Amino acid sequence: MKHPLRMLLLVSVLVALVAGCAAPVAAPAGAPAGGEAAAPAGDMPYAGTTLRLVGANHPWQVAIEPMLADFEAATGIKVNFEAYGEDQLNQKLTTEFTAGGSDIDVFMQRPLQEARVMQMNGWYEDLANCVADPEYDFADFADGAVGTTTVNGVLTGIPIVTEQEVLYYRKDLLEAAGLAVPTTLDELKAAAEALTDKDNEMYGFVARGQRSPLVTQFSSFLYSSGGDWFDADRKASINTPEALAAIDLYGTLLREYGPPGVLNMSWPQAVAIFAQGNAAMYTDASSIYANVLDPTLSEVADKTGVAVFPAGPAGSIMYNVTSWGLAMPSTSKNKEAACEFIKWATSKDVVMKTQGEGAVPGARESVWADPAGAAAFPADWVAAVAASANGRGYDRPLVTAVTQARDIIGGAVVTAIEGGDFEAAANDANAQFQELLDSEQ
Amino acid sequence: MISRLIDRHQRWIFPLPAVIFIVLMMIFPLGYTLWNSFSGWSLTAGRPNTFIGPVNYIDIMQDGRFWNAVWNTFYFTALAMALELVLGVAIALLLDAKDYRGKRIVTSILLLPMMATPVAVAMVWLLMFEPTAGVINFVLDELSLPEPLWIAGSATVIPSLALVDIWEWTPLITLIVLAGLTGLPSEPFEAARVDGASYWQTLWRVTLPMLLPTISVAGLLRFIDCIKTFDIIYGMTGGGPGFSSETLNIYTYNQAFYYFNFGYASALLVIFFTIVTGVSLLVAYTRRQLEV
Repeated sequence: MKHPLRMLLLVSVLVALVAGCAAPVAAPAGAPAGGEAAAPAGDMPYAGTTLRLVGANHPWQVAIEPMLADFEAATGIKVNFEAYGEDQLNQKLTTEFTAGGSDIDVFMQRPLQEARVMQMNGWYEDLANCVADPEYDFADFADGAVGTTTVNGVLTGIPIVTEQEVLYYRKDLLEAAGLAVPTTLDELKAAAEALTDKDNEMYGFVARGQRSPLVTQFSSFLYSSGGDWFDADRKASINTPEALAAIDLYGTLLREYGPPGVLNMSWPQAVAIFAQGNAAMYTDASSIYANVLDPTLSEVADKTGVAVFPAGPAGSIMYNVTSWGLAMPSTSKNKEAACEFIKWATSKDVVMKTQGEGAVPGARESVWADPAGAAAFPADWVAAVAASANGRGYDRPLVTAVTQARDIIGGAVVTAIEGGDFEAAANDANAQFQELLDSEQ
Repeated sequence: MISRLIDRHQRWIFPLPAVIFIVLMMIFPLGYTLWNSFSGWSLTAGRPNTFIGPVNYIDIMQDGRFWNAVWNTFYFTALAMALELVLGVAIALLLDAKDYRGKRIVTSILLLPMMATPVAVAMVWLLMFEPTAGVINFVLDELSLPEPLWIAGSATVIPSLALVDIWEWTPLITLIVLAGLTGLPSEPFEAARVDGASYWQTLWRVTLPMLLPTISVAGLLRFIDCIKTFDIIYGMTGGGPGFSSETLNIYTYNQAFYYFNFGYASALLVIFFTIVTGVSLLVAYTRRQLEV
């Protein structure tokens, strides 16, 4: 029988081939080109590794991408950043992970949207060991932000972007009408009514009206009215008196004082209405402030102020969440190198640059404490964000089937915006949501 | 040796590529979907694709969103198809009525909408339908006519979407009917003229009955396309406002790729497939009856 021998020969030829191919790649990476002093090979244990990073088209990507060369120079690890739209990113990741055999090493995750389902399916590498290094100082991350990315005891990702719901308002219009900046939801409604002039295409209030996207921005209205998605016993609470009041308020604001076509608006459409000067007030995430305050993107940049979310009967309770985290799939074949990258990208120095220069609000307390860390943001924005520090750590229900839950809840709010029987819609939505909660027990 | 083998099994070997293709690309996906429809496979509920019986089908029958989607699907299909057939046949008769200069150019221009990519068409109409900044309401405003919300209102969204479909696909009906008209024999028309039939009499008693098989084929094609319309609706409303334009296809897509309930989505697909096949068979059967 010659077969085993032939097999052995074949394998050894293959091994030689692979080794032969790998060698020239590793060599130049180990000794970086350019004038800088070559670090000893011992400092670059992962030199020659190429990481596949799949992420979103996002300001964080814009801020980090030019710095990837520094990381490569320091470690010899090359990072390929693939950027997709948010929905496409989610579908890309799910498809690759479901199919198995994915070669993604690091990915951007939306902890509140997808961490539960991904954790349940075992797609995360627990990063607890990765960030244990005292020099990295993981304790520096805000507790709430880390809480958001921790699912069932697994640290699914390191927070990279945080956001809160704030109120954007037109200083000039409020001043001309002799109104103060609304500090309560009642004042918000009164101001919206006073500033609406539909004949001149001026609307008192604008916010998201699309079924699923509106849920996160509706959350602060719900919390401040004293409501929540479900209670401690996992009983759905979308039709409680508090929740109904919030749904009615959100619906009335958009129906009576909002622009036509609001039902088709997610944040890009809503922010466009505000930035064109057609709306007086707008509630949405703090992270999209540039669309309102940057003179190249907004016609009302110099007339716009930012305030903390107005108080309802239960106080001013906005969401304060980690909207993006950096995660590692359990299938990565370069886990050590991927960990190196995650630690680097979320280190104090790098966050100081992405936040201080790139204006991407991060989660490191030491960076916020440093004046340079807040330098890129407008002063009233920083004040509003600081006042939101105690907000709730979720802007949507904390369930695995979060998209489905958003559609159910959003459907009831849409009914209110259209002026329909929102109580019946909320009762119906509550029953459906309860069914979903029960199925996840 | 090999050639002898091929010679002996010719009748199996030559159709083999086609058989493999059909099995891999059509029968396997169908069978797999059918299997999944009886499974509880869901990433969000953490269930593997193990057999659970007809649970999904029972759930679907009690699912309000499913019935809403069925209604939306048929509302959209009936509206779009009816108007496309009437307009398409009318335009074809007009174009065929007389020979004139530039007839071919008119025909080519008429076919332009069909060549546009549906998603691009959706994006353009999205801008035109925009209630405040869109061109349609701007014109209506100038003419002091009422300005509807178009795709931003739950009552107007399906007619608005149907309008886009009509704009894009009426030419297809025209094209097929024109081809049918050219193929008609001239004797019945001459006989009708000799008998002194008016234009309308000829149209109702001669032209249309003879065209019926052609029109039914065109109608069937449009029916299948309309009922599975995805790109225009997804690109323009994503099923909104609320669930007002969520058709079966959009609902299935949401269940599969946003909720990750693959079992449930497969069951929806099987039902959808049954509806399309059922109606197609019905049309094919009626057509055979008509031809006899």
